[in-house]
Amino acid sequence: MSQLRAPNPLADTPLEKSLAPSAVQATGQPFAETPGSEIPPVSAVRSYLLSCGSYAFADRVFGGLMLLCALSIFAIVGLIAVELVLQSRPSWHAFGISFFLKFNVDPATHLPLFWDPVNGIFYALPFLYGTLVSSLVALVIAVPLAIGVAVFLTEMCPRILRGPLSFLTELLAAIPSVVYGLWAIFVLVPLLREQVNPILIAIFNQPILVKTLGWTGLFGDNGLFGGVNLGLGLLAAGVILSIMILPIIASLTREVMSAVPNSQREAALALGATRWEMIRMAVLRNARIGIVGSVILGLGRALGETMAVAMVIGNSPEIHRSLLSMGHSMASVIANEFSEATSDMHRSALIEVGLALFLVTILVNACARLLVWAVTRGTPARVQ
Amino acid sequence: MNPQNTRRTRSAWRTLVDHTATGLAILATLLVVAPLIAIFGYLVYKGASSLNLAFFTQIPKPEGEVGGGMANAIVGSAVVLAVASFFGIPIGIGGGIYLAEFGRGTRLANAVRFTADVLNGVPSIVMGIAAFSLIVVPMHHYSALAGGVALGIMMIPTVTRTTEEMLLMVPNSVREAALGLGVPNWRSVLSITLKTASPGVITGCMLAFARVAGETAPLLFTALGNQFWSVSMSREISALPLQIYNYAISPYDDQHRQAWAGSLVLITLIVLAVSLVRFVTSRGILKGAS
Repeated sequence: MSQLRAPNPLADTPLEKSLAPSAVQATGQPFAETPGSEIPPVSAVRSYLLSCGSYAFADRVFGGLMLLCALSIFAIVGLIAVELVLQSRPSWHAFGISFFLKFNVDPATHLPLFWDPVNGIFYALPFLYGTLVSSLVALVIAVPLAIGVAVFLTEMCPRILRGPLSFLTELLAAIPSVVYGLWAIFVLVPLLREQVNPILIAIFNQPILVKTLGWTGLFGDNGLFGGVNLGLGLLAAGVILSIMILPIIASLTREVMSAVPNSQREAALALGATRWEMIRMAVLRNARIGIVGSVILGLGRALGETMAVAMVIGNSPEIHRSLLSMGHSMASVIANEFSEATSDMHRSALIEVGLALFLVTILVNACARLLVWAVTRGTPARVQ
Repeated sequence: MNPQNTRRTRSAWRTLVDHTATGLAILATLLVVAPLIAIFGYLVYKGASSLNLAFFTQIPKPEGEVGGGMANAIVGSAVVLAVASFFGIPIGIGGGIYLAEFGRGTRLANAVRFTADVLNGVPSIVMGIAAFSLIVVPMHHYSALAGGVALGIMMIPTVTRTTEEMLLMVPNSVREAALGLGVPNWRSVLSITLKTASPGVITGCMLAFARVAGETAPLLFTALGNQFWSVSMSREISALPLQIYNYAISPYDDQHRQAWAGSLVLITLIVLAVSLVRFVTSRGILKGAS
């Protein structure tokens, strides 16, 4: 405890700086007058009195307790990591790195065989594929919409509409994922199957397109929209994911955009720019790093989203190029099979999938946080 | 072409681009609002027509039979959430106090803050696996306790970060006034700083609560679900989101009906919590703290 207070009570900064606390936190290194030593933002007199008062012991105990609470966050991350590593060891020993890379071939049908709990075949490739493809579809749909909403809310929206609209996007974030899944099963999937997919299939199977662009592998019967139209599948998962990650990306983008100083906007307008030119040159250009960060944060959410995906992705461990085909994602396979795992190896393999998911989302989130933090650092901390 | 003309066409072109961009932004907003209204409208329509008294008072009927309710799931959710809040909120507030009062500006605090943000993004299903291997495996039993622990872990980072931000809004003069009167530091933190910031801290706790109230994935293999009455800590217990999930993927129409009703109840609770929070924060009750 005591080393967190100023070591030399009467040396420098005799008066408490009257900076707003949020600004102290935002600038990162608030009182670094002496290089190399971290001086906490309390006055020297105060810390001296605290260290020699008759309550010093009680204070130290209390501070220690609070420190324990804070350290519990490290403990949680550590415990999760250790448990996942320990429990996934059998599968790691049996399959090694090929768990994520290889597959068997079914002797009867000559089709690739990835995941067969009954016969003890566990290769996680289709889950990686499903997670990646559904998240990418979600990003492709959500990012332009989210940026549009953020631009509208920060730059164009009449003041009356701003409150209700941001409240609506917040509500979108508050809906539980199981309710999204329920809606997707009974509304979105039939809608896709009967209205949207036939149009997409018709476009992507145009003879001209197939003939001229067939070499890209995106068109025709083996293309992005070939095969049977069931409604369920990677596309449905991607669409519901995009609805779920939209509010996250939109609200963070909005935050980053409002962090752009008004002088930038005014400068652009004073030079005769139209509103869109001002947004493009002053706002979007200055906020681009933060926008990328918020998109990555949305990606992190999409990668780990479980229930809604498990309800519409179709749950079959296969890899097809078509977005209409059934798939499986890393989170959905755990949700579906974990509680009724047939063997210890099955459970261990599922935990290894979970470990991979944990590591990937930690990486993605850390990147995103650093990016968003780099942009909003200069502005006062905001209450969500 | 004379320069006057070029300038005019350029200007017209720029105006056109400006209007197009405005139109696209409005279109995007409409496209985002549309699914929300569709989801809410459909939910209210389906849910309200399926809600009845039996839903709140009876336990589920055997598969395929019509009728029954989710009384046990509602009580189960309350039990699991109580366990989660019981240790998620105190630890979270403690962490927030450390970040705001003791570790301000230190490297350790920055690391804790960053870890909390990252932990916030860890998928809930991974929390479920962790709670499974920490509690279910040693106890050899799925239990309400394990479900509560999984949800509680998810509450900690959210509560920590909001508590910290709220405490940082309390002016230093308030702290110094307390210390100047000879109040010990721990007492000043608890009775002065935390109390001043309490509306905001409660807001943060309710947001965290609302967030985990709808979580299904961590409960799938910790609380597991139960078709009968149970309030025991060491037994399987039902929860509202779990029951919704089980009914949504079942083949029976009557269970689909109940899934809609359950979703309406769940969402009403969550929206109430969120709007209450918004009401409290917008009414400026927090102004005393800033």
